[in-house]
Amino acid sequence: MAMALRLYLLLIVFVSSAIVSFSLYEDQVGLMDWHQRYIGKVKHAVFHTQKTGRKRVIVSTEENVVASLDLRHGEIFWRHVLGTKDAIDGVDIALGKCKESCLDVPNTVFAFTLMYHRSMLRAWNLPDGQMVWETSLHSAQHSKSLLSVPVNLKFDKDYSILVFGGGYLHAVSPIDGELLWKKDFTAEGFEVQRVLQPLESSIVYVLGFLHSSEAIVYQIDSKSGEVVAEKSKAFPGRFSGEISAVSNDKVVVLDSTRSILVTISFVDGEISFQKTLISSLVEDSGEAEILSPLLSNMLAVKVNKRTIFVRVGDQGKLEMVDSLSDETAMSDSLPVADDQVAFASVHHEGSKIHLTVKLVDDLDTVLLRESIQMDQHRGRVDRVFINNYIKTDRSNGFRALIVMEDHSLLLLQQGAIVWSREEGLASVTDVTTAELPVEKDGVSVAKVEHTLVDWLKGHILKLKGSLLLASPEDVVAIQEMRMKSSGRSKLTRDHNGFRKLFIALTRAGKLFALHTGDGRIVWSTLLNSPACARPSGISLYQWQVPHHHAMDENPSVLVVGRCGSDSSSPGVLSFVDVYTGKEISSSDIGHSVVQVMPLPLFTDSTEQRLHLIADTDGHVHLYPKTPEALGIFQREFQNVYWYNVEGDDGIIRGHGMKSSCAGETADEYCFTTRELWTVVFPSESEKIISTLTRKPNEVVHTQAKVSTDQDVLYKYVSRNLLFVATVSPKGAGEIGSVTPEESALVVYLIDTVTGRILHRLSHQGCQGPVHAVFSENWVVYHYFNLRAHKYEVTVVEIYDQSRAENKNVWKLVLGKHNLTAPISSYSRPEMFTKSQSYFFPQSVKTIAVTSTAKGITSKQLLIGTIGDQILALDKRFVDPRRTLNPSQAEKEEGIIPLTDSLPIIPQSYITHSLKVEGLRGIVTAPAKLESTTHVFAYGVDLFYTRLAPSKTYDSLTDDFSYALLLITIVALVAAIYITWALSEKKELSEKWR
Amino acid sequence: MAPILRSTSLVALLVFQISLFLFTSTLPISSGSEDSYTITGRVRIPASTAIGHAAKFSNIKVVLNGGQNITFLRPDGYFTFHKVTAGTHLIEVYALGFFFSPVRVDVSARHHGKVQATLTETRRSLTELVLEPLRADQYYELREPFNVMAILKSPMGLMVGFMVVVVFLMPKLMENIDPEEMKRTQEELRNQGVPSLSSLLPASR
Repeated sequence: MAMALRLYLLLIVFVSSAIVSFSLYEDQVGLMDWHQRYIGKVKHAVFHTQKTGRKRVIVSTEENVVASLDLRHGEIFWRHVLGTKDAIDGVDIALGKCKESCLDVPNTVFAFTLMYHRSMLRAWNLPDGQMVWETSLHSAQHSKSLLSVPVNLKFDKDYSILVFGGGYLHAVSPIDGELLWKKDFTAEGFEVQRVLQPLESSIVYVLGFLHSSEAIVYQIDSKSGEVVAEKSKAFPGRFSGEISAVSNDKVVVLDSTRSILVTISFVDGEISFQKTLISSLVEDSGEAEILSPLLSNMLAVKVNKRTIFVRVGDQGKLEMVDSLSDETAMSDSLPVADDQVAFASVHHEGSKIHLTVKLVDDLDTVLLRESIQMDQHRGRVDRVFINNYIKTDRSNGFRALIVMEDHSLLLLQQGAIVWSREEGLASVTDVTTAELPVEKDGVSVAKVEHTLVDWLKGHILKLKGSLLLASPEDVVAIQEMRMKSSGRSKLTRDHNGFRKLFIALTRAGKLFALHTGDGRIVWSTLLNSPACARPSGISLYQWQVPHHHAMDENPSVLVVGRCGSDSSSPGVLSFVDVYTGKEISSSDIGHSVVQVMPLPLFTDSTEQRLHLIADTDGHVHLYPKTPEALGIFQREFQNVYWYNVEGDDGIIRGHGMKSSCAGETADEYCFTTRELWTVVFPSESEKIISTLTRKPNEVVHTQAKVSTDQDVLYKYVSRNLLFVATVSPKGAGEIGSVTPEESALVVYLIDTVTGRILHRLSHQGCQGPVHAVFSENWVVYHYFNLRAHKYEVTVVEIYDQSRAENKNVWKLVLGKHNLTAPISSYSRPEMFTKSQSYFFPQSVKTIAVTSTAKGITSKQLLIGTIGDQILALDKRFVDPRRTLNPSQAEKEEGIIPLTDSLPIIPQSYITHSLKVEGLRGIVTAPAKLESTTHVFAYGVDLFYTRLAPSKTYDSLTDDFSYALLLITIVALVAAIYITWALSEKKELSEKWR
Repeated sequence: MAPILRSTSLVALLVFQISLFLFTSTLPISSGSEDSYTITGRVRIPASTAIGHAAKFSNIKVVLNGGQNITFLRPDGYFTFHKVTAGTHLIEVYALGFFFSPVRVDVSARHHGKVQATLTETRRSLTELVLEPLRADQYYELREPFNVMAILKSPMGLMVGFMVVVVFLMPKLMENIDPEEMKRTQEELRNQGVPSLSSLLPASR
């Protein structure tokens, strides 16, 4: 007997050593999460391919990112994400030899990236992206800005970087960013058009127009900033402002009638005009437009959807040399060997694109002509940047960086796509989730497990790892095994709901499906519309989620877009099959889209969800347009309410359905509405800064909350609650702009059916921005407290008073309770709230909350901080029942003692040591497994992880060692039999005795 | 303003250690016209607290007023906000691997942009605008090395320990009991019919 126990003990020692904790260890990175880095749509690109070493391209993007990319593989060497308002106006590279003026390391080549944005000039070190200097430039007004860096910049005081911006011309020393001189050009009506500096010249020409009718050329000494000469000449007519600098002493301008090109030459300061009618260049003339590419002694003009090239002769004479079809993208000109200048143009033909590089002087000399097969879903070519290199046979080779219509970035070289980056994903606007197809018989699935020996081997390795007995090689092997773990990236549904698709809509109007397992793009599709070429996407809805009947249908999503940027422009609906990514149909709906309302619980026989779309005229339109949907809708006609928020006027209006708008149009799916209520906030004291409702698909597990003293609280769970935050108009600005006395923050809870204000809470001396999250019966919001000068988080929980009386058991037994009474927004709710505030030590960009399948699992707040990290904060920390000294019973319930500020535990950053640069939103979606939730964060970067807010209590972790379990069982069985045999033997010997 | 060092990675590294001696004269001075001032400060990360993966100066962001303005550090750790109005502002430093307290900065219009800074977390006022991390953040749980003591201290270990005591020490205690008495008790127990382990097993009889 003792023997058996001893063996058992040994086994327990063995098993207990393998217990694992659930927090994230460094070697678990990448098991459940993935992170993708992007930069956005490229605006400017500067190549740096001189000398040996790393070839790179410096880009600035529309997401306000400046980055250095590896030209060979397209990877990011470094990047900096600037503030949302810091649009980059220009980027350039200054290379130079450092002479005696450099303090520390003489005679090294310095390379800076210069970037001008919001009147700041910053220089970054090229190899590592360290900021070297920054200079704030004077700016008086908003005007276009120009950045000019002398070629072959040398690092001494003689050379300066010229920046024009905000009405001033600045000369900045490249060494330390010191402002050498500045010149004021802010005179009334004067607008600087071009700043030109001829090579090897110390004179800078500044050309501008006065009142668009007089050309003025200033000659400025580049060393001192003194005006050497000033010449002006009036122009009989007006300039349009479109200008192209063709050489160092000539520019071509379009006049305001857009039919005459004017060559302005200012040789030696003398201004002369030369007019050329566009109709004299091309026959079918119309409104012309000067295109932006800079070509030497030539300009590109767009007339009647054709691109014509116009050569500027020595005497300012213009002649047309070539014309191209409209869909052509062109690069700036690039000096190639022997004083020749080349430029690239790209045009489409079917599924191919043709890249042509020609000499500017001689358009018949084609240096390069390549055809590349291009994915249809990338759209047209938007921008082209070229760079040349010397091939081994001393001829010129070209590489072209092209930006496509879907914002993707591709490098073409030698007729092939060397690398591509899906930069569209840097501007995700809306995200939804979708299920993967069910695994069917006969569908071949990636091979699951290998042989039993391999399986055991793997588990023994894992066991070694968890006992920390593994050698470094083993660790590598374990990591690899985990990453490749079967089934992680399969394209079928799994039992736990861990594999899903995230459907992301980008600003370019492209739809991407990302797999939760490894983040790869399963499919992508660029939206098309019959009405306009490229509609801009607004939002994304789940259209058809088959689960009961109609299982054979593929699920689909609805993409609402619009043609044009104006809110009154006509809308476009597009339905996309989730499994294949094919656009099922696309329709031009003929009315504008202001608000899209998925109707909860209303689905037709094919599981299509009913949606209402409100237009600018106050009508609502029902989709899908089928008689069946109409029937369902008409049954619930009286119960449909909606509201809209007019943020600028401070008005919230509630609407109900009135009748079909048959009187005005024949459309039977169109309905008129009547206004039911309005809430008007006094504009002199309150301005709406934030509104929020609960997620419509949120699941609440229980309405009752039992506290420690056997008291029952009933949550006031209503889908029709609207959270509104208003702030004094003065406090709507930035933090430093108001004093605590001037600003107050007021939050409201409004019932959207009746317009009744259920709760109002005022915070004196506080201001926005307010970031809030609304779930079940609570709202958590983050704002700034000006008195304490700290951020605060407040939680408001709403409880139902009318049900609070149902505590008495006898009442329940005798049926005198009102639990079965219908809940209605019409009945005057008796409710009470509990709230509590805490300090929070960080600025916040967005807040979300975890959501699980049944709502049983406790919740975590996901706080996206301004440092682009995501913090998971247990809801228990924002519980109004927290007290300074909780009683024993309360402690057992899990109430945390009250502290004045919320803790930031570094281990609870779900992004661990990564950043989701430019974070804009966090989306959560439940997995099938109750304990687990999917979290997807988007910004410039994408990040996905799977969270278990209360640990994975309903499943074994990935780390669970099945091998150990098996070994234990086998060992136990063996032990039992051995001890049995021994005991038998002993008993026998005892009997013999 | 203090002299600005030219950028080399070498310098950037050196600055970590030597900045303390070089720039002790930093004062939070701001300058500018009547309604816009400049705030200049410095971020210093003591070399001792730097954990490998972070502490790269080029990845540190300094945020004014929750995102109104974002700037970066120069190699010497300095940062500047230009065109700041007089009033009370908030400066936050974001560096992966470190936690910085937000700083309340009062820019005085009366004293020509004199800057007063207070750490909001610790309510400590700063004589100069030099920001240091409150703590270094470790984002991962550390794997405990294989430790016999830790296992023994865990609840499971304690249970095992107790059972070890019972199994190995109890027989020793039993030995001290008078064998006659022992026999008698065993006899009694047998009469009561307490099943032994062997009787539980199949085919033991």
